Amino acid sequence: MNVISLFYTAFAYVAIAIFLVGFLSRIIKYAKTPSPLNITLTPGPTTRAGAVYRVVQEVGVFKSLFYSNRIIWLGGYIMHLGLALVLIKHLRFFFTPAPASLAWITTFEAYAGFIFFVPLIFLFLLRLITDRTFYISLLTDYIILVLLMLIAATGILTKYYVRTDIIGVKEYIMGIVSFSPTAMPMDIIFITHFTLVMLLLIYFPFSKLMHAGGIFFSPTRTQVDEPREVRHVNPWAVKG
Amino acid sequence: MADITKEQLITSAPKKKEREPVPKLTGKIKTPKIVTGAASHYKCHVAKPEVQEKLGFPGELVDNWQEAAIRRMGELLEKYKSLQVYMDICVRCGACTDKCQFFLGTKDPKNMPVARAELFRKVYRRYFTREGKIFGKVAGAVDFDLELLAEWYTYFHQCSQCRRCSLYCPYGIDTAEISMAAREIMDSIGLGQKYVNEIIGKVYEIGNNLGMSGPALQNAIEFVEEEIEEDTGIPVKLPMDVEDAEVLLVTPSADFFASPHIESLVGYAKVFHQAGISWTLSSTASEAGNFGMFIGNYNAMQKIASRIKDAIYELRPKRLIVGECGHAWRVAYQFWNTLIGPFDTLNPKYPRPQHICEFTNDLIDKGALEIDKSANDEFVVTFHDSCNVARATRMGDKPGGQFDIPRELIKKVVNKYVDMPAETIREKTFCCGSGGGLLTDEIVDLRAKGAMPRMQALHSVMETHGVNFMALICAICKAQFTKIMPMYGVPMETAGGIHQLVGRALVLGAKE
Ligand code: SF4
Ligand code: SF4
Ligand code: SF4
Repeated sequence: MNVISLFYTAFAYVAIAIFLVGFLSRIIKYAKTPSPLNITLTPGPTTRAGAVYRVVQEVGVFKSLFYSNRIIWLGGYIMHLGLALVLIKHLRFFFTPAPASLAWITTFEAYAGFIFFVPLIFLFLLRLITDRTFYISLLTDYIILVLLMLIAATGILTKYYVRTDIIGVKEYIMGIVSFSPTAMPMDIIFITHFTLVMLLLIYFPFSKLMHAGGIFFSPTRTQVDEPREVRHVNPWAVKG
Repeated sequence: MADITKEQLITSAPKKKEREPVPKLTGKIKTPKIVTGAASHYKCHVAKPEVQEKLGFPGELVDNWQEAAIRRMGELLEKYKSLQVYMDICVRCGACTDKCQFFLGTKDPKNMPVARAELFRKVYRRYFTREGKIFGKVAGAVDFDLELLAEWYTYFHQCSQCRRCSLYCPYGIDTAEISMAAREIMDSIGLGQKYVNEIIGKVYEIGNNLGMSGPALQNAIEFVEEEIEEDTGIPVKLPMDVEDAEVLLVTPSADFFASPHIESLVGYAKVFHQAGISWTLSSTASEAGNFGMFIGNYNAMQKIASRIKDAIYELRPKRLIVGECGHAWRVAYQFWNTLIGPFDTLNPKYPRPQHICEFTNDLIDKGALEIDKSANDEFVVTFHDSCNVARATRMGDKPGGQFDIPRELIKKVVNKYVDMPAETIREKTFCCGSGGGLLTDEIVDLRAKGAMPRMQALHSVMETHGVNFMALICAICKAQFTKIMPMYGVPMETAGGIHQLVGRALVLGAKE
């Protein structure tokens, strides 16, 4: 293995470790922090199953955002859809042979990257266009969008314009996953793509990207509207 | 903004003689272009040392305030999941930016919920996140200095904790939780708000927000009894401190004194009288309101609520009913069971606690009351969903009962009812503009602007349907609208309680 491969492989392991430890420790923190009171946003579900369904709707179709702002919903929803397709597509790099259940993805094969990329531009412009969103946008909000755009762009390039050695990439990734790393394909586009993804993983747990996990811990949405029927006990209340 | 000193921070804004012009009533609610700093001059008076100390807070801004504030922030982050999660997960999508009545009314961008929350978040980032500690300003992390503290004080007292932003946020981020935490932190370093903290002090000392002692209460009640008898010829009693009554009614103390609140008290009394249900008020639990919630202080909230627990213990009622009050109903519905429950001594056949609208509506359904709707024929009525009732409570068994039951009840006692435009009612309702401890004179111009969306919606049905009465179930809403309506050229008699309408339509002596 050459020096570059060695360096990248080490980098990848570090990035993945930071992501996993960081993400999990945030989630554990959210799970462990107590909710002193029932603060369900009403009208809300009166059963636990109802509350689960409420969160599922938020995650699945961005329900509140839909009623709140159709334009942001459109950009945000399609972007996440594209991201989901891209992620599913990438699963093939992790399994040999690729599972049959993923065969359907080939229908979207050609567009997935674009379904992800185009809304990112839209969301970026949206921040600039209205005075309110421009006012609230932080530098990091733009940085994350740019990072995602670059990842999408390099991903698209590897596929359509540069024809990266897919077999080589798969071998490399399988090597990392099975803890027996091999040399990485010396393809500048792939290396850029890979580096950006690792940077994203490192930044993830420290950023607003944690909304991906935090949405499951938002008390206004996850709690059940039953305070009269079921006594909510505050774990830290002083007796009295 | 120039550097500010500690003295400037605690000095009240100079008193203005002129009122600012209110927005013109057109019936339309427009999202304005932002005007930076447009609301920066609305500042609540700071609480005096003796007020602060009564509540167990430092008298004035402590010298090491920054360190103390950060320490308190750390404690709250450990204690409140809402706060911890909401600090991390806002993506600044912008969906909430046009949802707050204080932004719509003032145009000040810091009144956009996300921008309000960012005042807190940038301190959080600076002291509690790796990102902020390492990258500082670049990552949106800012030192907590006096200037920022001044902004906190200004803008966290321009939030009525109405939760409208939470409804529209894809993650349910509730800026009310954040403004409560901010106020709790400010109190803990000696920077409290005069109006709210004085009232909490009165509850501690005397037992209610108005600071009415037992004899004063007794007088007020006798006055109401005389009024009813003069009006109807029937001796309707308002019992006080009666043991073993069926119902203990806890209502905002404004009902004993303020207008139009007192008309609703008359309504409750007539309902109990006519239904033949024994009931009592309590001179110790003479306040349903709980301003402890506004300052995010759990202990204050519990201490205030404990008076009700004591009254239940002493008077042994079978049922607990709460009068017309928005935030009080939130505390009662969502928090009482946690704070002072379980209510084991109360009859489990009825909700514990129950809202007065649930109670009266049930009675009418059962045919226990005779109603003459024509007594309200001079009114075309609409209903303002109080934000706390709408987004933090329920009535009845079904989600949304908090919208349906008051409307059903109104329609049972009046002939002419219309709703305001759909995008301004039910869960989408706008706050009256004075909740969350903002009902204080020094910021009346802010309150008028915060009321703009509701006033526009009201105006539209006044024009189209001739509405001349907006029914309310909140003591603060009543006080706010009677003050603000004349500023908009709407007669203040347009605001009144649901039980004011009930009281008028109820035929006394019809059934015995
Ligand atoms: S809607 Fe929620 S996530 Fe979006 S900017 Fe507002 S608070 Fe943040
Ligand atoms: S809770 Fe209400 S007043 Fe406060 S920021 Fe949200 S919408 Fe505005
Ligand atoms: S006063 Fe009424 S509308 Fe305003 S905050 Fe209270 S409940 Fe909400």
